[in-house]
Amino acid sequence: MAEAKPATVRQPRFRSAVTETRPARYMLMAIAFLFLGIFLVLPLVVVFIEAFQKGTGAFVDALIDPDAMAAIRLTLLVAAISVPANLVFGITAAWAIAKFEFKGKAFLITLIDLPFSVSPVISGLVYVLLFGAGSLLGPWLKAHGVEILFAVPGIVLATVFVTFPFVARELIPLMQEQGTGDEEAAISLGASGWQTFWFVTLPNIKWGLLYGVLLCNARAMGEFGAVSVVSGHIRGLTNTMPLHVEILYNEYNAVGAFAVASLLAGLALVTLVLKTLLEIRYGAEIAATRGH
Amino acid sequence: MEVRVAHVRKEFDRFTALRDVSLDIRSGELIALLGPSGSGKTTLLRLIAGLERPTKGAIFFGDEDASLKTVQERNVGFVFQHYALFRHMTVAENIGFGLKVRRHNRPPDAEIRRRASELLDLVQLTGLEKRYPAQLSGGQRQRVALARALAIEPRVLLLDEPFGALDAQVRRELRRWLREIHDKTGHTTVFVTHDQEEALELADRVVVMSQGRIEQVGTADDVYDTPNSPFVFSFIGESSMLPVKVEKGEVWIADRAIGIAAPDTPDGEAVLYFRPHDIELLEGSGGCIAGTVAASRRVAGTRHVELEVGGDRQRVELEIPTSHPASEKTRIAFRPKKWKLFPAAG
Repeated sequence: MAEAKPATVRQPRFRSAVTETRPARYMLMAIAFLFLGIFLVLPLVVVFIEAFQKGTGAFVDALIDPDAMAAIRLTLLVAAISVPANLVFGITAAWAIAKFEFKGKAFLITLIDLPFSVSPVISGLVYVLLFGAGSLLGPWLKAHGVEILFAVPGIVLATVFVTFPFVARELIPLMQEQGTGDEEAAISLGASGWQTFWFVTLPNIKWGLLYGVLLCNARAMGEFGAVSVVSGHIRGLTNTMPLHVEILYNEYNAVGAFAVASLLAGLALVTLVLKTLLEIRYGAEIAATRGH
Repeated sequence: MEVRVAHVRKEFDRFTALRDVSLDIRSGELIALLGPSGSGKTTLLRLIAGLERPTKGAIFFGDEDASLKTVQERNVGFVFQHYALFRHMTVAENIGFGLKVRRHNRPPDAEIRRRASELLDLVQLTGLEKRYPAQLSGGQRQRVALARALAIEPRVLLLDEPFGALDAQVRRELRRWLREIHDKTGHTTVFVTHDQEEALELADRVVVMSQGRIEQVGTADDVYDTPNSPFVFSFIGESSMLPVKVEKGEVWIADRAIGIAAPDTPDGEAVLYFRPHDIELLEGSGGCIAGTVAASRRVAGTRHVELEVGGDRQRVELEIPTSHPASEKTRIAFRPKKWKLFPAAG
């Protein structure tokens, strides 16, 4: 028979040096989930509940309202212009930074980060100061019939400004890590610059690029601050979806506001799912830095 | 294709990588650029390829000045240390890449495929057309990289530390294999290495480089048996050195003649170089180098002995067969069988 040990003597248990005690771990996890639940999940649920408060009919009516349709169209148009623009700019900037040595490189990287550090409202104001009636360019533009402020071009400009770091920031570390070896191999085999880009560089960065475009698109469609300053809030003309939501809400049209908002929220959820899928599937091929 | 490097100088921002380097590479030759890191060997290879542009000087392919041509126009096969295979392409697509991107006389796809599998046979990877680089071992990847470089029928084949990323055994195997391929295809081949064994075993001629200069060009025997500078002597193979004095055509350590005649060396301070294993062990104390054993360790079949010589206790390393009685002694006298005197630096 085994000797019974006195109950008071406990076996010394090994504890990993960096692990907290069990209660402490559960506490930390609970706080994290509670916080996210209250501040992120709950509002999201509320958006959808409010949108369907008066039934599906009211929800659909709010969306096919001509002003809402115009806002959706404008948002899609703005994204359709600014995302490709930033795609090209992002690849160009990342290429320049990752593959060449030149003076002012650090400065360029800082500039690319600028939209992250500047309040979107300021970004919008910059364009007002640049193109507005009181500016140097304003009267000249007016005389030549070019409308930028309070029109689609201004909204596109502001959106491009706010979203341009996304693609570039995603690609720079990726391309720096990959170096120039593959490109050198390609040109030594006789490939021209374009062939090297299409056949070698682009396939190497495609998943990182897609990831950057996804984030860029989500921000382009959801941008409020900068667009709000330059748009002028003309219903059916210069209202994007986020601006339209605000107007409807201010008119106490809760169903309309939340119906449009639910579209944006849906977009966010789709983006989140795609982003997660990309990270799971191609995590290693997407840059390691996640600064946003 | 003969390659001639004429008075090439290469400066990077604040750093001079090559100073006035000239080299003639014969057609069909397999030549090694050997040197420690920072000696400029890779820079020289990249200059020949056209991946860098010389600051001064020119590079000729045959009689034609290649310095002004782009990499694409030079038609060189370049093999990188880390393979640089295109990871999203299959082995066959990698090999066919150089043919696919041609704008003039691009072969039809079927022909490209045929050439790729032919080259795979040559590099002994038959049947791996559909694999991706990630599914290959390091040695196999480097073989694919070589097949890819050969596919464009290069005028010169350039390899940058081709076996540097592989482990020792694969390395030895690929070395022999590269020699075979070279003998079969007859391309003028230049490869860079910091591994002297690789260079001495593989190359027809070895170019020893140091600090942006070529120290010596010669066969493996030349650079080992008749090194022309202290650097080459100590870089190639094992070497020992002792500061000595030359007077009246004889070599002296302190006030003792060591039995080595130096009739052609001017009087003054000098450094005596010899191979630690290439010595004669002597009895007695006249006409030899004598010293006390300061440290000794056994390495396989030989004993490495550190000897303190002369009044200022200069240390010198010898290799003695373990069977020799001297390997047990505390005082050893010896004389190098072959040696070389270089004037003392400064």
